[in-house]
Amino acid sequence: MKYQTVIGLEVHLQLNTKTKAFCGCSTDFGKAPNSNVCPVCLGFPGSLPVYNRQALNSAIKLALAFNCQIQEHTKFDRKNYFYPDLPKNYQISQFDLPLSRNGYLDIYTQNLPKRIGITRVHLEEDAGKLIHETGCSLVDFNRTGIPLLEIVSEPDLNSPSEAFDYLNSLKSIIEYLDVSDCDMEKGSLRCDANISLRLLGAKELGVKTELKNMNSFKGVKDALTFEVERQTQLLETNQELVQETRLWDVEKAVTVVMRTKEGAKDYRYFPDPDLTVFIIEESMIAQIKAQLPELPQEKMRRFVKEYGLTEYDAKILVSSKNDAQFAENCIQNYPGEDKKEIVNWLIGPLLSEANLRKVKLHALNLNTNELISLIGFVQRQEISYLCAKNVLSQLIDTGKTTQDLIQEGNLQQISNADALSEVIETVIHENAKSVSDFKAGKTNALMYLVGQVMKKSSGKANPKVVGDLVRRRLS
Amino acid sequence: MSIDKETIRHVAHLARIELQPNELEKLFGELHEILGFIDKLSILNVEQIKPTSHILPISNVLREDELHVSLNSDKALENAPSKKGNFFSVPKIIE
Repeated sequence: MKYQTVIGLEVHLQLNTKTKAFCGCSTDFGKAPNSNVCPVCLGFPGSLPVYNRQALNSAIKLALAFNCQIQEHTKFDRKNYFYPDLPKNYQISQFDLPLSRNGYLDIYTQNLPKRIGITRVHLEEDAGKLIHETGCSLVDFNRTGIPLLEIVSEPDLNSPSEAFDYLNSLKSIIEYLDVSDCDMEKGSLRCDANISLRLLGAKELGVKTELKNMNSFKGVKDALTFEVERQTQLLETNQELVQETRLWDVEKAVTVVMRTKEGAKDYRYFPDPDLTVFIIEESMIAQIKAQLPELPQEKMRRFVKEYGLTEYDAKILVSSKNDAQFAENCIQNYPGEDKKEIVNWLIGPLLSEANLRKVKLHALNLNTNELISLIGFVQRQEISYLCAKNVLSQLIDTGKTTQDLIQEGNLQQISNADALSEVIETVIHENAKSVSDFKAGKTNALMYLVGQVMKKSSGKANPKVVGDLVRRRLS
Repeated sequence: MSIDKETIRHVAHLARIELQPNELEKLFGELHEILGFIDKLSILNVEQIKPTSHILPISNVLREDELHVSLNSDKALENAPSKKGNFFSVPKIIE
């Protein structure tokens, strides 16, 4: 690699307050067009905005979780531009005195820790929604004025997959804080990216592209990957790169240049005279800090320390708050000394079942006691692991007990040599090739033969006993 | 600090104000005076004075996160120059 990729991300996050930033209109998603509007969010003359206390609390909470310095003195500014989704012709935002600066987020990327700087987290408001029809555009102002946070990262990300890992860490923390739905499909979390390339070791940044219109984390990763290739090609063929904004086209999987008006953006920021300044006292910060929940990284470290999990396993379990809670409940109820036993079930078969059903671990509707009972049956070698995985699936589907399912399915493991001999003979008879392979010293052939016995016994045979029996029979 | 007519045209455009030639002349004179007035600050020592973003000596004005009754959409759309169903309708614009 001749070039270093430099990426900075800008995330816009809708806070999950009941009401909008500056008025008491509901923030409910999916309501009839222009039904959650009032003179304040429609920008009628003479209306007066007043900021939402809950939004300020959530913002400070998030800024603290991202290790930012909360500014003692902060204010709102007007960002002026004309667009039909912006009824006041300015967005209330923050310019020179943002709520917070200089934070960081510790992420894991390619299994290594990396610290990503957070330039600032500031307060602003959302715009309305435009629906483009032939001949006209329709405007719905329900979204106008929903409290937003803008979270700007330093250009510390050096690959599309790092950007992806950063977004997942960010989302995980926000979910723990419970300050936003983080739903990209509903638009409650949106992400723009700045990306440039430079020769390895170069100090100066290259010409950057701003990427927009990605509507999933994967979309962000794909758009960045495309852009790395496009920029590399231009640089390699000595073509000039222009600073521009490009839109991700998910269908065609390409970025296309966005038409922009000439001249740099001139937003003419100035302090909003309708809103007074905010003095954030130390006591307020301390009070909010005390309310911060245990965050994913801390929880991960605690799982490692308290339950003897590996970092790898713990990381999987803590990425979602509810899953972590479910997992901890399982681990605590599990009577065995070695918690690894139940953790293997959680991140193995359970996670597969969850992925299969496209739900989170905690939403599997699985009774912890039944899971623990199931693991017991396997440990006592009363049913095979293979059968147990089937029982797990049925536990989730039927809500019956482990005991009943094993009895109904007649799944008790067969470990008795006499009971197994017939099926072993058949398998040996039918697989002459594998038998001779095994005799020629290929140990894999034994695994294959055991597999065939398992299959013929509908998974009920004890694989360890079968292995011993086959080996003895063929030696 | 002075201002040229091109800057005035630019600012007028940013504010979506259409200026007639005589209005441009008039504004040129007035803005000169205003900027000259503000220039007085440069002869004063303001080092000890904190930048003021608001003239009222109050801070932290907040409201509780409580619902109020929104306008019904008929009322909200009453003065719209153009509407379609419950939507405001505007000339098609895609940036």
